[in-house]
Amino acid sequence: MAALFQAPTAFSSSNSLDSNKFNHSPSPRSLSERKSSILTVRSDARSNPLLNSAAHKPHRFITNAVATKPDTSLASTSSKPGHELLLFEALREGLEEEMERDPRVCVMGEDVGHYGGSYKVTKGLATKFGDLRVLDTPIAENSFTGMGIGAAMTGLRPIIEGMNMGFLLLAFNQISNNCGMLHYTSGGQFKIPVVIRGPGGVGRQLGAEHSQRLESYFQSIPGIQMVACSTPYNAKGLMKAAIRSENPVILFEHVLLYNLKDRIPDEEYVLSLEEAEMVRPGEHVTILTYSRMRYHVMQAAKTLVNKGYDPEVIDIRSLKPFDLHTIGKSVKKTHRVLIVEECMRTGGIGASLTAAITENFNDDLDAPIVCLSSQDVPTPYAGTLEEWTVVQPAQIVTAVEQLCQ
Amino acid sequence: MALSRSGSKLLKPISPFFSSAPSILSRSISSSNDSITVETSIPFTAHNCEPPSRSVTTSAAELQSFFRDMALMRRMEIAADSLYKAKLIRGFCHLYDGQEAVAVGMEAAITRKDCIITAYRDHCTFLSRGGTLIEVFAELMGRRDGMSNGKGGSMHFYRKQGGFYGGHGIVGAQVPLGCGLAFAQKYSKDENVTFAMYGDDGMGTAEWRAAKSPAYYKRGDYVPGLKVDGMDAFAVKQACKFAKEHALKNGPIILEMDTYRYHGHSMSDPGSTYRTRDEISGVRQERDPIERIRKLLLAHEISTEAELKDIEKEVRKEVDNAIAKAKESEMPHPSELFTNVYVKGLGVEAYGADRKELRATLP
Repeated sequence: MAALFQAPTAFSSSNSLDSNKFNHSPSPRSLSERKSSILTVRSDARSNPLLNSAAHKPHRFITNAVATKPDTSLASTSSKPGHELLLFEALREGLEEEMERDPRVCVMGEDVGHYGGSYKVTKGLATKFGDLRVLDTPIAENSFTGMGIGAAMTGLRPIIEGMNMGFLLLAFNQISNNCGMLHYTSGGQFKIPVVIRGPGGVGRQLGAEHSQRLESYFQSIPGIQMVACSTPYNAKGLMKAAIRSENPVILFEHVLLYNLKDRIPDEEYVLSLEEAEMVRPGEHVTILTYSRMRYHVMQAAKTLVNKGYDPEVIDIRSLKPFDLHTIGKSVKKTHRVLIVEECMRTGGIGASLTAAITENFNDDLDAPIVCLSSQDVPTPYAGTLEEWTVVQPAQIVTAVEQLCQ
Repeated sequence: MALSRSGSKLLKPISPFFSSAPSILSRSISSSNDSITVETSIPFTAHNCEPPSRSVTTSAAELQSFFRDMALMRRMEIAADSLYKAKLIRGFCHLYDGQEAVAVGMEAAITRKDCIITAYRDHCTFLSRGGTLIEVFAELMGRRDGMSNGKGGSMHFYRKQGGFYGGHGIVGAQVPLGCGLAFAQKYSKDENVTFAMYGDDGMGTAEWRAAKSPAYYKRGDYVPGLKVDGMDAFAVKQACKFAKEHALKNGPIILEMDTYRYHGHSMSDPGSTYRTRDEISGVRQERDPIERIRKLLLAHEISTEAELKDIEKEVRKEVDNAIAKAKESEMPHPSELFTNVYVKGLGVEAYGADRKELRATLP
């Protein structure tokens, strides 16, 4: 397992260079309230699991990731200060900070340089770092993914952007055979510290080929790690962690989440690639989800709370490997599991997760695991059909009700 | 033997071409079936082969049908633009206006048994292969009467009986498919050819060498090539006729259609970040394919100005009617979600490995 926790760094209260651009609020509060000088890697923006031994204090859950009202509860020091930005800006911030920190970090992909990225994640970076470090490639996914992997073998740390995750199918050979296997087959001589990232998932009527969820196809490849971001906070943290990782990491973003707005801390932070995020602690049922489905789950959670249920929602974030520690703790508490994912029924992340939980925590389950996934069909273009392909909040509510009988 | 060949469409002209007025015309009696000879705008440039002649035989009837077909395509694409802005069409929409000469000229040179396969800018090619306006608009709006029952969208038009194989979203993915179509034609020895079309942003895919040199018609190296003015329907027709004969005898040939699209790449691209508005209007004035045909029709006294305007009005009405009818079409029924995933009636119907929906009917 790669070492992902950054070496202890003192926090500074100066903002990283470009967070000022996104800083809509007046100058942030000082960080003198911070309790320790060790970098605390948090799984959510509120409670700190390392410092708080009393785990899940009851507090308000985030139902949607827009700018939150000031938090009236306890020791969160990061909700008031910090700056507000959109998810793609958070990704860009993380990327920029890492590029400044390490000159070996570079970006390559279609339209990342001059155009600024098709989802603006790399906007302005080419002017700042030059067009070799932010390289515009031709439309040749297999070639430039291979190029990134080759560069990584000699010590560079490329970030390969797929304009849409679906296009990376053309690079599957490179990802499976070279990216995943070279460290192994070379007896450990070569490391492949690449980050492969891009938007995937079902968007708004983009058609079958542009609505794919590749996490299910990539999950079998040994040697890679997969993470999925869902909020600006974890987007930046996971981006930085992925870049610093010595292993190849595939970072799954979602087409519909790029414009989510939230407040993130000014100070530098890196998240753990293998940790799941507790979104809402609860008692009755564990709902495991990731990426866009997190928002459908939280919407369903509102309804469920009104009906008297207390769901525990965990954003698993790490798709490979699963954070079985957090998941196991939750299963032992609630004894019921619902998995909500956007992958297809067959061979998706949910399928693997179901198997993993059954193997490890079978004795703790009071009911069979229910897995809600997308239908096993190519995503249709028609709006109504597309809606029925993906799991909707109403289905989640029904599933929880059935599970909790 | 039928072999594959590719026509590539350049989306930006390398060097400006000029003069849409034909230079030499032979006067003819303007009765509809008499042949008229028309000169292409510029001679063909050839690579590893003898270029065909500049003189193209046509007829008054053909000229009129070219005009009507291209006007229809132009009108359809502009209407699609408005529908997209009205949010009736969502997702991706790649418009073909400006490039009508390629679809129309190619169709005039080949039969429905020849295959055409192209990328995502496929609305007009679908129309030229026998598609109807209602199928187009209903599909674009995601309705049940659409070509793919609303499940495909803008990038997925197909017409088996018209020999049109799509309609593909992934850049360049259609080229190996085109090879396959031609392979099957060679296999069955049926003297037909395949046109596998791709644009200059498909040139960079892994299936073909990345295009660092813009002389696309020479890219095949030992494969012969022809550079064609893609804004001149007769040049396209002549080139395709020539290419078909060549392919049947000698093997693949590359046609570089020097064409121009007025809209941006897709509806999210304004089309003005990499070219000036003057460039677009310049091409529109000097090289517009419909204008060229209009001038020919007037010069040969086949139609009058008023008749042509009437045709355009008629076409506009046709498009408007089709849109109205398509709007009335329903959204697909939920059960449509599961149709056509597999071919029915050939055994087990199942969705997914856990066979929750298993219905086994053994053949």
